[in-house]
Amino acid sequence: MEYRILENIPLTDSVFRMVLEGDTSKITRPGQFVNVSVPGYFLRRPISVCDWDDTTLTLIYKVVGDGTEAMSRMQPGDEVDLLTGLGNGFDVTVEAKHPLVVGGGVGVPPLYRLTKELLKAGKRPTVMLGFNTVDEVFYAKEFDALGVGMIVVTSGYVTDRLPSGYDYVYACGPLPMLRALADRIGTAAGQFSFEERMGCGFGACMGCSCQTKSGDKRISKRICKEGPVFKTEEILWETCR
Amino acid sequence: MGNMSIDMRVVLSGWELDNPVIPASGVYGYGCEYLDYYDPNILGTFSFKGTTKEPRFGNSTPRIAECRAGMINSVGLQNPGVDKVVSEELPRLKTFFHKPVIANISGFSVEEYVYCAERLTHEKQVGILEVNVSCPNVHCGGMSFGVTPEGAAEVTRAVKAVATKPVYIKLSPNVTDIVAIARACEDAGADGICLINTLLGMRIDVKTRKPIVANTMGGFSGPAIFPVAVRMVYQVAQACKIPVMGCGGVETARDVIEMMMAGATAVQVGTANLTNPYACKEIIDHLPLEMQKLGITKLSEIIGVVK
Ligand SMILES: Cc1cc2nc3c(=O)[nH]c(=O)nc-3n(C[C@H](O)[C@H](O)[C@H](O)COP(=O)(O)OP(=O)(O)OC[C@H]3O[C@@H](n4cnc5c(N)ncnc54)[C@H](O)[C@@H]3O)c2cc1C
Ligand SMILES: Cc1cc2nc3c(=O)[nH]c(=O)nc-3n(C[C@H](O)[C@H](O)[C@H](O)COP(=O)(O)O)c2cc1C
Ligand code: FES
Repeated sequence: MEYRILENIPLTDSVFRMVLEGDTSKITRPGQFVNVSVPGYFLRRPISVCDWDDTTLTLIYKVVGDGTEAMSRMQPGDEVDLLTGLGNGFDVTVEAKHPLVVGGGVGVPPLYRLTKELLKAGKRPTVMLGFNTVDEVFYAKEFDALGVGMIVVTSGYVTDRLPSGYDYVYACGPLPMLRALADRIGTAAGQFSFEERMGCGFGACMGCSCQTKSGDKRISKRICKEGPVFKTEEILWETCR
Repeated sequence: MGNMSIDMRVVLSGWELDNPVIPASGVYGYGCEYLDYYDPNILGTFSFKGTTKEPRFGNSTPRIAECRAGMINSVGLQNPGVDKVVSEELPRLKTFFHKPVIANISGFSVEEYVYCAERLTHEKQVGILEVNVSCPNVHCGGMSFGVTPEGAAEVTRAVKAVATKPVYIKLSPNVTDIVAIARACEDAGADGICLINTLLGMRIDVKTRKPIVANTMGGFSGPAIFPVAVRMVYQVAQACKIPVMGCGGVETARDVIEMMMAGATAVQVGTANLTNPYACKEIIDHLPLEMQKLGITKLSEIIGVVK
């Protein structure tokens, strides 16, 4: 489906925010993603939805290769073809009262809408954002404006600075961060969002499969369909790479 | 409209399809994934995910690598196993798809092919058994059944011996003489040929100096392979009497027509569905228009017109 670019601006040297206008009716949960068709590139690029309303959606993406570089050169007014409403997204209806929300780098964007939804659900989230350097920080002000407790880490590991007093953990970021976080939080429950190279993004090709567990049983799931968000108790860390 | 006089029907071994457009095996699962996009009953039919005797998780990820005009996959035949396909997938499919399907089967030994064929051939929902002979034969040092006329013929004979439905052999293009292999299948009793499967390919991440897919190599598909597919369909259609299903790189209604002119009775669409989930719907919608432009009223009349 076609979307019109309203804005496409740099937030840092390599991270951009793109606001698009179009049908957002299929987007139902924070942590879902869209699959962006980039002219000149064969496969679509999966990008998390940072926020949305009835007529617009916001993406925040980092230029890491040719496809995202081409996205960064798109102009307001350009039309982009997106598949929307992909993936399961985060569930905010869990018991927790004081969830900890942890983001690393371009894992941060989907946590923005997540934090809004947690607040709306009457929870008191604490947000931890990790970036490699001060220059790479984005959206700290926007999170702050939501009125949540905030920790921004720009050197060292987020896992060395974890606060106490949380009863649930939501996380999105690079795999090493997720793994370290899982080690630190021990048995605390939570939901982590994962990435994988995708052929379709809507469950048809089995390109993105991962193994999960349910008790003693191993269950194959698709990161694009049953994921990208998985509950901590179902994650099989030894199979993540 | 003028479409009233347009006839898109084709016949595969006595089975009449409303149109020749068939999503290929491995890009359409067992049918449900496209329900969000359109009603699959508009299709000629579809070929379901390659099914094996045992459940398979498939290869390690990454399984996908982008290419300039296509992609590489090394999914590794992930599927729930034929027993579950019969007990769960087919009953679910029945609730929303009202045509017979093509049952794509794979095996790592002749016995495994036969097992799958026996389990599926008596299912009412199965219209054709499509035998993917690109798999490595575990009893033959992992060499694919489909790379020699003898190997392909052996699987064909074994499946034919238990099949009550038409048997189509799906050939690998990674061979030196596709005609010899197709003829061997025909001689062994195949009711039809489907080709082509993916071309063996590889991509390297030049930054990390490592192959992109975990399995090092994978199957290359997409628009880049269309000319190879047209050529092989043409060669096989010229050499064999049994019908050919053409597959490989098809993206548009015009591609479907070209593939049929090369000799295909029906046309499978694979990768195009992954980048555009509406691909088959768009092809079926555009076919009448494209036919009109080319002065074709009966699609089946163009099958193999190129001599
Ligand atoms: C569910 C999901 C959500 C994501 N959300 C965001 C986001 O909000 N912001 C953001 O900046 N990035 C996000 N990513 C990562 C983003 O998809 C990649 O950075 C992007 O595809 C790279 O494209 P490229 O052409 O620039 O890189 P190239 O390396 O040239 O891409 C080559 C191929 O590899 C794929 N690829 C490369 N890196 C990744 C990756 N990390 N994950 C999946 N596929 C990859 C590309 O899609 C393409 O098919 C997300 C990934 C997933 C799976
Ligand atoms: C992700 C993926 C999975 C596939 N799985 C199967 C399979 O299980 N069995 C099979 O016979 N072919 C399989 N194929 C091959 C396709 O059915 C088709 O023959 C090939 O991709 C060429 O057509 P295309 O260029 O239109 O994709 C697969 C292809 C892709 C891209
Ligand atoms: S990317 Fe195709 S099934 Fe997930």
